Amino acid sequence: MIVIAKIIIGYLILQGALLSLIAAFGVVRLPDAYTRNHAASKSATLGVISVLLGVFLYFWLIEGHMNARIILGIVFVFMTAPVAGHLIMRAAYNTEVPLWEKSVQDDLKEDRKNEGVKG
Amino acid sequence: MLDFVLKASLLLFALSTVLYLYRLIKGPSTPDRVIALDAIGINLIGITAIISVVLRTNAFLEIILLLGILTFIGTVAFAKFLEKGEIIENDRDR
Repeated sequence: MIVIAKIIIGYLILQGALLSLIAAFGVVRLPDAYTRNHAASKSATLGVISVLLGVFLYFWLIEGHMNARIILGIVFVFMTAPVAGHLIMRAAYNTEVPLWEKSVQDDLKEDRKNEGVKG
Repeated sequence: MLDFVLKASLLLFALSTVLYLYRLIKGPSTPDRVIALDAIGINLIGITAIISVVLRTNAFLEIILLLGILTFIGTVAFAKFLEKGEIIENDRDR
């Protein structure tokens, strides 16, 4: 039982670390701010949620006491990371950070032009 | 085996933090830098969780909640500052 729990915990933590590394590569390599935010706010959040789940299982199955604080941390990261990503990207669009020059579609610009709202 | 996995995961987290630091210094626009700061905060949560397993203690678990709250508040404040130029508005008429 302990061995199986250790295998599951090690897998979850290693998966989270690898996802975080992939998110960092995405932030370094992708071409503009919007795609970089796409990498950072999705993969890094999933990675850290996976790590926290592994740590929760470690304290529950091996140390033998259940920590509600880690569950609270998982719920908090799961709720706030997409909100933070959306807010900073809305600020970036409103302060006219340029899109990648090979971008093909900008629906918000079309909508704002049709409604007569200054973009 | 679990200890090796934990230390390898700490190494991977450190490497990804260094890559975010590159984007934080170089980033062409301010939202890039804010994204990198947000992701560094998220990474610190993971590093704290893994270190609390390595040291076999549960004294650091409040730090996870604290770092999550601070990262979120910092990103929201930066977003509002970039969009409106001020963080706390004093006129209540709007």
